[in-house]
Amino acid sequence: MQDQTFPWLTTLIVVPLIGAAVLWALPSAARRHARPIAVGFSLVALLVGVLAALSFDSADAGTHQLVEQASWIPAFGVSYAVGVDGVGLLLVLLSVVLVPLVLLAAWREHPDRAAAGTEGTASAREVVAGGRIRHYMALVLVLEALMVAVFAARDVFLFYVLFEAMLIPVYFMVGAFGGLQRRYAAVKFLLFSLAGGLVMLAGVIALYLQGPGGPEGFLVDNLVGTEMSVTTERLIFLAFFLAFAIKAPMWPVHTWLPDTAEQAPAGTSVLLVGVLDKVGTFGMLTLCLPLFPEASRWAAPVIIVLAVVSILYGALLAIGQSDLMRLIAYTSVSHFGFIVLGIFAFTSVSVQGASLYMVNHGLSTGALFLIAGFLVARRGSQRIEDFGGLQKVVPVLAGTFLVAGLSALSLPGLSTFVSEFLVIVGTYGANRPAAIVATLGVVLAAIYVLWTYQKVFTGPVRPELAATPDLSVREKVAVAPLLGLMLVLGFYPAPALDLVREPASQTLEDVGVQDATASYADETSTSTTDDGSDQ
Amino acid sequence: MLTSALVSLPTATVGEAAIPATGVFTVAWLLVALPLLGAAVLLLGGRRTDRWGHWLGVLASGSAFLVGAVLMVATLSAPAAERVQDLHLFDWITAGSFELAAGLRIDPLSLSFVMLVTFVGTLIHVYSVSYMEHDASRRRFFAYLNLFVAAMLLLVLADSYVLLFVGWEGVGLASYLLIGFWNHSMPNAVAAKKAFVANRVGDLGLLVAIMILFGAFGATDFETVFSLAGGANEGLLTAAGLMLLLAACGKSAQFPLQAWLGDAMAGPTPVSALIHAATMVTAGVYLVVRSAPVYAGAPNALLVVAIIGAITLLFGAIVGCAKDDIKKTLAASTMSQIGYMMLAAGLGPIGYAFAIFHLVTHGFFKAGMFLGAGSVMHGMHDEVDMRRFGELRKYMKITWITFAAGWLAILGLPPFSGFWSKDKIIETAFATADGQGWQPWVFGTVALVGAGITAFYMSRLYFMTFHGTRRWTGTEGAPAAGQHAQNPHESPALMIWPMIILAVGSIALGGLLAIGDGFVHWLEPVVGHTEHHDPVLPIPVIMGATILLVLAGGFLAWRQYAASPVAVVPPRGSVLTRAARRDLYQDEVNEGLLMRPGQYLTRSLVYGDRQVVDGAATGLARLVASSGEVLRKLQNGYVRSYASTMVAGIVVLVAVVLAFRI
Repeated sequence: MQDQTFPWLTTLIVVPLIGAAVLWALPSAARRHARPIAVGFSLVALLVGVLAALSFDSADAGTHQLVEQASWIPAFGVSYAVGVDGVGLLLVLLSVVLVPLVLLAAWREHPDRAAAGTEGTASAREVVAGGRIRHYMALVLVLEALMVAVFAARDVFLFYVLFEAMLIPVYFMVGAFGGLQRRYAAVKFLLFSLAGGLVMLAGVIALYLQGPGGPEGFLVDNLVGTEMSVTTERLIFLAFFLAFAIKAPMWPVHTWLPDTAEQAPAGTSVLLVGVLDKVGTFGMLTLCLPLFPEASRWAAPVIIVLAVVSILYGALLAIGQSDLMRLIAYTSVSHFGFIVLGIFAFTSVSVQGASLYMVNHGLSTGALFLIAGFLVARRGSQRIEDFGGLQKVVPVLAGTFLVAGLSALSLPGLSTFVSEFLVIVGTYGANRPAAIVATLGVVLAAIYVLWTYQKVFTGPVRPELAATPDLSVREKVAVAPLLGLMLVLGFYPAPALDLVREPASQTLEDVGVQDATASYADETSTSTTDDGSDQ
Repeated sequence: MLTSALVSLPTATVGEAAIPATGVFTVAWLLVALPLLGAAVLLLGGRRTDRWGHWLGVLASGSAFLVGAVLMVATLSAPAAERVQDLHLFDWITAGSFELAAGLRIDPLSLSFVMLVTFVGTLIHVYSVSYMEHDASRRRFFAYLNLFVAAMLLLVLADSYVLLFVGWEGVGLASYLLIGFWNHSMPNAVAAKKAFVANRVGDLGLLVAIMILFGAFGATDFETVFSLAGGANEGLLTAAGLMLLLAACGKSAQFPLQAWLGDAMAGPTPVSALIHAATMVTAGVYLVVRSAPVYAGAPNALLVVAIIGAITLLFGAIVGCAKDDIKKTLAASTMSQIGYMMLAAGLGPIGYAFAIFHLVTHGFFKAGMFLGAGSVMHGMHDEVDMRRFGELRKYMKITWITFAAGWLAILGLPPFSGFWSKDKIIETAFATADGQGWQPWVFGTVALVGAGITAFYMSRLYFMTFHGTRRWTGTEGAPAAGQHAQNPHESPALMIWPMIILAVGSIALGGLLAIGDGFVHWLEPVVGHTEHHDPVLPIPVIMGATILLVLAGGFLAWRQYAASPVAVVPPRGSVLTRAARRDLYQDEVNEGLLMRPGQYLTRSLVYGDRQVVDGAATGLARLVASSGEVLRKLQNGYVRSYASTMVAGIVVLVAVVLAFRI
């Protein structure tokens, strides 16, 4: 663990930060190169991410690797400690894969949609956009650094600081570059996150006080196994869980997401829903469960109910939406329900499914938001009723949307299926009613995806859309990797599954529950022998 | 480990145990890969492949047929005990105790489907080259057809329920894409979505069945599940059986999930022939027969299968009598014929082989008739209203004769194909395994009466289209308002030849497969050997009654639709006719029971989410976050104040730490 020679994770955090600094420091003459510079830095980060993954030993994915540790504020027990297990690595990779695509997709887009109608000539708008997009891209890079850091953080205090710090770039990405109601949306996003964050802060403090203290008192590894009274543990658990549930987002604290996604630029939503919200479920999995095993077991029945409600509620709300972006946001509420369900079902199958689901959902929702962004940019509206018959006009765009949509409805052959399947099959072993009710989400998903496709892409071509251009090469390049990954991981999920297998059993060991799915085989053989002896 | 240990136990496996595939069988993956490759090339190649894409599609399907034929010959030359082979492809999903390899099962059952799908499929590919000639998107059409063939072959070849599910949803997707192929017309798009959603309701059943089976046996591959099913308790198997039946109902348009099939006729006619008549819609029957070892321990589930089959058989037949749209009549007929297959499958081991037998002969004659309908539409300006047909035998002789072959086959008159398979089903329906109680009488009578109704509506279709007086306006006269001037003509060779080949199959295939009970013995390694059960009535009586009813049905149709003039405007009809025209109010029922309440629920939730949930959560967030003062500043949008809040938070943290630790 300590034979680590190269600080891969720190490099991965620093590279995008340097990129952002460079973008902001650009002299005005060089600002027109802002875009290639931003994409360049994100590609370097991607390369570093891949190299980091290569030096990760997937045979030992349950152990945190690429570990770095330095004392930060020893007086308060705070360390800079990073490291990833298989799940963390997958989410770090998801972040570094999505960022270049988001930047590429935002290349020509005028991110300030509210101002689009009021700016003067096209050239004037271009100048403004050129200036503003530099800031936008810099914010994306800052967010990338924070996302990588939060998935790698092995110190609870560091995690908390990053958890809160992530809000700042997103706040600006929504509040400065969003739609007409962007300020309201940005503040709402902030308020909800802040509410969760403050409660979590109380939990962080309380946890430290319970823990061993000392100069490394905030290290996750030192806090696992802390002896606490039952009530204390449950209260601290709840403080963490609330913050994560808001972030995830779960019913009934999900309402910030549709508002934010409606107003945010598409690329922001990709990162927000695709990656950032995963911090919620990631936190549940890697902090709540190992740190508060008793409380996790105690709360699981209620959380499972909330998760199942999220699945159905999100899907039903998605069906009722008239705004494309809100719709995708609600589908995510439903999908996050599956992830939480998988985590708190406490079976090795369901936890692996949930871990994998985090990545697959990032790919599929990322693709959906990106493609919806292309649509909205063409139409200048995100109201579903403003579209119609586009398949005939833009067949490639329609095809990519359909594939992303099919992935959202977990069509077998696409990666989301594997994870959703593992979640429900694994959950069935622990909680049959929950698994069966959750399966209803499968039908609802078909309705919201295909109904949307029907309204946007089929029927007679609307005259005002007849000249809509199909995807450009740049746009194709931005979505093709996502669609490709969905297909590859759908038919051959082994590389990803290898990374989540060990962490899942590690987590279950920490929680201290009997894996309900592992006992199947024993039960079966026992019952067979019983039958035999009866005869 | 566990698997291998248990396979050796004496179990209640119905057929032969599988052996690892060797030799020529190791290329079975090509069956799926070739059409899949075709689809990929055509979809990704874009317009560059427009000129030759359709021939690539034919080639992909045709080469899959050749591979299938090779495997077929190899299997036939192997001893019966070695005719069930499993081909391991790769480890697909390994997660904790869930271990699943992707693999194919090559056995007489899957090979029967492979031959049907690739042979009829290739013919329909060829037919489509001409039928879709003037469609700008012909390449895309062939891509979807290839995708369908690949998914269907995966469905029938899969060696586990999960991989089967991949094919199962894959054919659903292909069906969705093809029903909505002309989706610039909204009704077509709606029909496509309706089909997919109805199928998804069924798929939910398959998912739950997989959960139950995995929960019970810790595996989902056929080998393990089937070898352990013998020792499992009945309640569990019944639940699994019913869930599998739900899946079958969705895919095979069986009651109560039948409503999508009629609308699916919005797709191009070759699609109706291949997917919604010959192959995909019969996948439900495949699923039930494949799951024979599960149903072996669940007699009640099996009884429900038979009841559903019997209901659908009559449902489809009644609807078929009232439809004037030639394709929708054929669709109702398909539903009804699959009802026969379901009924046979529901009779258990004595019926499985006949269910598949009828499935194969039906695949030929129904595909042939659909292609015939397509040929008629091709010559009649896409007219589908049979009240606007008549006397077409004089204008399209080959279509007429090939269609007649299919008509005679579905009537079940000897020696045509349908006789050999359908008569066996009727006979077996009178002889349920225990031979007691109400079941043989009810199922037998339903099957018998169904044969008579089938004869009526199919003859009605046949006479209205090809005989009687012409009710269309030729080019010489002025057409009525809203009508095209018709110039009926025979279709080109590429369309004719597939029809002729299928007609030959409609005439001879049933008899050939029935020689020495050849087909039944062929399936024995899968469904097991069953002793003959005596029906509750003597066989000659059943056979005689069937033929009598069929002739009566045909005669009635002839009197009403060939010997007397047919009204161009449909008469008002009786209550039953009006109900049948509206598919016995299936859409109204679905709308009232599901759609309306669903819409109401969705709308109230959308309202409630804003007013109640958001209101409460926002309120709570405000409360938790801080005092109103801080909030007010936040709402002004100053991030500074947020940052200061965070700093304040950290200060508090530090203070507390200091206070308690130092």
